[in-house]
Parts: sequence; C-alpha cells; structure tokens
Amino acid sequence: MWDVIVVGGGNAALCSALMAREAGASVLILEASPKVWRGGNSQHTRNLRCMHDAPQDVLVDAYTEEEYWQDLLKVTGGQTNEALARMVIRESSSCRDWMRKHGVHFQPPLSGTLHVARTNAFFMGGGKALVNAYFASAEKLGIDILYDSPVDDLEIKDGKFIAAKVGDKRYAGNACVLGCGGFESDRAWLREAWGQNELGEWPADNFLIRGTRYNMGVVLKVMMRAGADTMGDPTQAHCVAIDARSPLYDGGICTRIDAVSLGIVVNREAKRFYDEGEDFWPKRYALWGRLVALQPGQIAYSIIDVKSVGRFMPAVFENIKADTLPELAGKLGLDPEVFMQTINDFNAACQPGTFDHTIQDDCHTQGLTPEKTHWALPIEKGPFFGYPVRPGVTFTYFGLTTDEKASVFFDGKASPNLFAAGEINAGNVLGKGYTAGVGMSIGTAFGRIAGTQAALAAQKIKEGSSHAIA
Amino acid sequence: MQSLESLTREAQSLAGVSEHSITWHSKGLSANESEVARQMQICNACRYCEGFCAVFPAMARRLQFDSKADLNYLANLCHNCGACLHACQYAPPHEFAVNVPQAMAKVRLETYTDFAWPAAMGTLYKNNGLTVALATAFGLALFLVLTLLFTGKLIHEPLAGNFYAVFPHNTLALMFGAVFGFAVLALGIGVTRFWKEITPGAASVAALGEATHNVLGMKYLDGGHGQGCNDEDDRFTLRRRYFHHLTFYGFMLCFAATSVATLYHYVLGLQAPYAYTSLPVILGTVGGIGLLIGPAGLLWLNLRRSPLHGDAAQKPMDRAFILLLFTVSLTGLALLIWRDTSYMALWLAIHLGFVMALFFTLPYGKFAHGIYRTAALLKWSIEKRQPNKLAVGGE
Repeated sequence: MWDVIVVGGGNAALCSALMAREAGASVLILEASPKVWRGGNSQHTRNLRCMHDAPQDVLVDAYTEEEYWQDLLKVTGGQTNEALARMVIRESSSCRDWMRKHGVHFQPPLSGTLHVARTNAFFMGGGKALVNAYFASAEKLGIDILYDSPVDDLEIKDGKFIAAKVGDKRYAGNACVLGCGGFESDRAWLREAWGQNELGEWPADNFLIRGTRYNMGVVLKVMMRAGADTMGDPTQAHCVAIDARSPLYDGGICTRIDAVSLGIVVNREAKRFYDEGEDFWPKRYALWGRLVALQPGQIAYSIIDVKSVGRFMPAVFENIKADTLPELAGKLGLDPEVFMQTINDFNAACQPGTFDHTIQDDCHTQGLTPEKTHWALPIEKGPFFGYPVRPGVTFTYFGLTTDEKASVFFDGKASPNLFAAGEINAGNVLGKGYTAGVGMSIGTAFGRIAGTQAALAAQKIKEGSSHAIA
Repeated sequence: MQSLESLTREAQSLAGVSEHSITWHSKGLSANESEVARQMQICNACRYCEGFCAVFPAMARRLQFDSKADLNYLANLCHNCGACLHACQYAPPHEFAVNVPQAMAKVRLETYTDFAWPAAMGTLYKNNGLTVALATAFGLALFLVLTLLFTGKLIHEPLAGNFYAVFPHNTLALMFGAVFGFAVLALGIGVTRFWKEITPGAASVAALGEATHNVLGMKYLDGGHGQGCNDEDDRFTLRRRYFHHLTFYGFMLCFAATSVATLYHYVLGLQAPYAYTSLPVILGTVGGIGLLIGPAGLLWLNLRRSPLHGDAAQKPMDRAFILLLFTVSLTGLALLIWRDTSYMALWLAIHLGFVMALFFTLPYGKFAHGIYRTAALLKWSIEKRQPNKLAVGGE
C-alpha cells in the first residue's frame, strides 16, 4: 500500500512522484519499460519553453505570459484551453530552481541554440540527462521504482482509484497519477484513428514513431472503458517530417530534415504541395508531418541544390546526391518529366531578392501555386540533393480531460484521487500544432500539480475524510 | 616548437626516414575511425551533448567526418568522462548504438600507435600490460645486479642515506638522463607529427592560455556543469578529477624534487643525502604522498568503472601505468624512511628499478594520453577562435 502510485516514468510522472514525496507521501513509480529505455518520450526532449519578464539565468531578454500565450494560440489555431494554458505558462516561469534542486542542469546559451535562448531553457545533455537526474533524486528520496511494469488495468470504484495492476500483480494506493503518455506506439490504434484516405490507403501504416516504443495507450484505453472523460482528436499529434529511412521507433531528434525551407518539397507525383518558406523552420517543422501524411503514399522529398549545403542542421543519413536534376529524379523514383516541370516552374517564378536564411528574406516566388514566400532561390546549381521524408509521430494529443488540479473526470465529475499529467492530458492545452519545448512545459506544470494534489488526496483519504477534493 | 621540430628532423634523418613518412592522407580510414565517423554523423544531427565538453562543439564545426586527421583530433579531445554516453538517447540497446567514449578510446590507441617513434615501437601500446611487466622486471633485475656489482652485497652497514656510496652520481645521471631524454624525444617526435597532421594553425596567446588552463585544471572532467564526470553510472562525481590532480601534481612535485636536487648538486655543489627539511625531500615527500593517493584512487575508480566506458582492451595499459606510478612512489617513500638503515641499497635498487621501468615505458604507454590530449586541446583553443564557416541554425 502506497500513498501515491505513479504510472509512467517520464518527465511528468517523475515530477509528480518527486512533488508527492516532498509533500510526505510514500510513492511507487510503475515504469512500463526496462531501465535502459526508461523516461518515455522525455529521453528525446531537449528544452523547456519558459515565460520570464526579465533576463533569468540561462534566458535572455523577456518572454512574457502574453507573448507565450499568443504563440500557443497561433500554433494551436485556438484549439486550447486558455485558463489551463495560462496556468502552464505561469508555472514555466518558476519551476527551474526546483528542477535544479533535483539535479537538472541547464546549459548556458551556445552557438547552436543562441536564437532560442530567449524562449527556451536547454537541458545540458538533453532529456535523458534530465530523466537520469530525476530518477537518481527519486531513489535518494526513497521513492520505490519498478521497471518492466506496464500497468494493464486499474481498479476504479465510483470514480475513485483503488489499485493499479500489472499482470497478476496488484498495487494499491490512496491516490494515483497517470503520467504514462499517449498511444502513438500502438500502430493499430493510429491506423484506426486515421482510417482510409480517398486513394484507399491506410496513411498511418506509413508513419514512423519518432518517440518511445512503450506508449501503447493501454491505460488510456482502460480509462476510456472506465468511463473517464476524454478530449482531443486522435489524429492530432506532435508529428514532424522525418527522414523516411529512420528506425520505426525512437528515431528522436536526429531524424529531422531541416533542409525544407531552403529548397522545395515534392510529393510522390513530383509536385509541390505547400509553401516551404512560410516561416522559420523551427516554427514550421511541426506542421510538415501532417502535410506529408496527407500526400499520396505518405512520402515526400526535400530537394536542394549545392547552394544550401552548410546552411541547415546536418542530417543523420547520407543525402541522395546527383549531378543533374533528372538523375536525382531517377534516384528518388520520381517521374523525371513532371519533376523537371515542377523545378522549371519554380525556378521561373523566383523573384530577384537578397537571400539571407537567418532572416525572413525577400526571396519569393510569384504566380506559383503554392507560392514559396521566403528563401526562394532557383534550384539550378549541381550537385543536387534529396531527402525522402515521412510523417514521424512523437506523441498523440488525444487524452484525458483534466482541470487545473490535473484531476481526471468521470461524467463531468472530478475524481477525488486520480490525476493525469503529461502527454496523456497535454491535448487540453495543445489541441494541434506544436512549438518547441511546450510539451515539457505542460508535463512539468501538470506533473508537479498532480503530485501535490495526489499527496493531498492521499492524506485526506488516510484521515478518513469523505470530502472530494475537486 | 621550433627546437622540437629541428630535433625531429634530425632524429628522422638519423633513423633514415624522410619527413612525413607516415602521412595519413594516403591511408584510408581504419575500422575504428570509420566507427567514430558513423557516430559523429549521428551526433552532429542531434547535438544535445554540446554543453558537456569540447568534442561536440568541435564536431559541430564540421559537416563531414572523412578525414583521419579530424577523427584522431576529435578522439584525443575526448576525456572518456562518460557524460555523453549516459545522456545519449541513441546509446545501446538503441540500434544506432552510439557510444562515443568507447569509439574515441579505440581511435586514441591508434593515434598513439601510428605516431610512435620509432614506428616499430608502436606495437608496444597494444600489449602494454606485458610491456610494463617486462620493463619492470628488467629495471628491477638491472639495479639489483648493479648493486651487487658495485658493492658485492644487498644488505650493508648503515650509510647515513648516502645513495652515491652505492651508485656513483654520474652513473645514475647518465642512465636516467639517457632513458628520459629518449622518452622526451620519442614523444616529442610523435606529437609533432600529430600536430602537423591536424593542421591547427598558429596559436594566439589567448589560445595558449586557455589550453594551459584546460589541461592543468582538467576542465573537461567537470561535466560542463562543475559536478564532475561519470564513473560507475549516470551520477556525476569529482572523484576522478581530484584523483587525477593528485596523480599529476604528485608526479610533477616528484619531478621538481629531482630537478631541485640536480641544481643543488651541480650548481650549489650540495651533495645528497639531503635533510628531511630540505626542499628536495619536502617536494618529493609531498609529491610522493599525492602519487600514492592519486593512483590508488584512480585504480579504485578504474575497477568500478561502467564497462560501457572506454575500451576494455586498454584496461591493462591503464592499470599498468597507474600501478607503476603507485609503486614508484611507494618505493621512493620506503627508501626515504629506511635510508639510514642497512636496507638502503636494497630499497634504492628496487626504487630505481621501478623508476627505470616508468621511464622506459613513458613513450609507449598510458602516459602518451596527456601529450596527445594537450595537443588536441590546444588545437581546439585555436580552432574555436577561427570564424565558423557554417551557419546551420539550430533548434
């Protein structure tokens, strides 16, 4: 019997476990993965989007609540909950000292990250270093940790959590935090969610999972069966265009293709389908997974010429290289005639301008559908390079409805002792789209709140109080 | 560098080899270098580790990893601290199997071997445990036999600490001077060739100062955040850095003791034995204690190290060097303690035997890591001050 059972072992789960323990609760972490794969998608993260009104340790200038909120509003297209979002934003301004206390190191702004040093605090060594630090701190504080323990059932009575089950093992607790992620690792669920397109394809069959292989959504399904309130569109996700040659799971950050905004992107029919130069790549990459998912065969090809070499983050796999454009089309398996038509149309539409990939320059096309609005330079100087890209799902947004206390709801009524945090409730704030580091802001904010609330709920239950805490 | 270079040319002409006879550019990548290249391409697309040490910022100034010079430079920049391995989302069992400290360690052994002078001696790095064992046996045998030859016995009437009653001063100075001089020459030639291959450009005063600071302070065992490096697991400790400091500075103090004693002898005409309160004895004693605790600590950490760190095949070399330093210090202190007794000659022979083994193996063992790493760190301090040709953006 524990005061608080935490299901999951990523950032949100660990934040809640640590907060609950600090509040005096006995805590058990049930992590589905073996120790070497612990941390869920947090092991692939890198930074935390932080609000601040003035320069703060590793953050320069200011990034106000309002600006953060406007950024979030823009990427989600309004599919967000303002009260919860603003709470997450405010929490992001005050959590770093607590994170440091538990061993997380932030790195001073470095050359590669300088232009995001205003909005994002970077973990030294990335998310796996953060996960390691939190687990070490949890062990030191006497939190019990079980690996290889995928929870496959929950005992819930009248909306109240009783116990978590792993096979025939039963772990009873006075309160519980579900921090076990979305369902992106369950490819059958993705297939069902995306269904068939007008070409008769099952688009999700061609998706790669950029994140962990352990987010099977089992607990989410258990909660749905138990009648918990859910929210979000199961096709919405953090979904980016990644190298088509990436591993099926855990490709992480290095599979990204950052050449998109410098050249053009064509689909299997060798045709362009979206403005590659709409905005800086870090502000647009989260859009392109879905764009590619909507193309035939769920594949596309980022094409650049030699002028772009050295101007984007290097790719993990070798580029596909050719001295001429028809040869490149051949190597990519594209119809050379259509491909050349697309290139020639694009090149002819490029207007003279002053190219500068570090600003939104004035190089754009005119009279093209779709236009390219920045960084449009004719693709004419060999050698030419291509990267095949596919949708890479990092995490899904469909999940449990929660309030500002991270409480789970059953038929509109808050559970007295069951909470959710992290990707499993991120969709409350993030209905679609993405902006770098916001997943960790949401997970950290709700994780910490859920831990505090769970400790409080457990205390009340132990005291025999029958008052619901919602 | 100028004098060293002319020395190199002289030595090469003596050895009958033309300059640049081991030019890398004509050789393809070795299997270990190819593995570093493979991993660097993954790391360069990730870059999460850029805050830990100099390897990753140096990597980020490159797009391709097809040059032996670059790969060996990066390998020698790596301190095998372990931070990037424990933080790596692509570490085994991930199919990308990224283990930078291990891949780098394997290439470092190739650097030492490739640049060994004379070239044939490079092979001594590969079976270094055996090399050190044989050198120690030889050193001990040599001085025990010499003791018998000079004095006819190992146990004698107390000589009030007068070493020169056993071995004439000039004999010792000549023997150790020659062996140590050879070690300096061999390592000097090796690192000079390495320096030419990695083409660092000219060092500014600022670059020299920073590199010196990074070497003497073991900057890159601090983890980038000051909490240290990894030993058995993902936790950071400063133990390795401190034990290394004790070892290095202990060694330098012992070296200083010998240097001061040499000055006393030749300049001031003061003959050993020196009093316990004299400068050479104080330096030697303090240094000797550092050289006991430091290597003992490093050995303890080496035995506890995560098996994923570094190259398991090089453990015998690491441990042989650590133990040799430890025994040099231990026997030196024993000699100091018992120098007024009948056992002085025996302790002297044993101590000199170990010291001789250390000097013999200096250019063909673990000691080389400090020389090549210093060169790599200086290149980094030069390189980071040069304009970066790339502007790849970032997160």
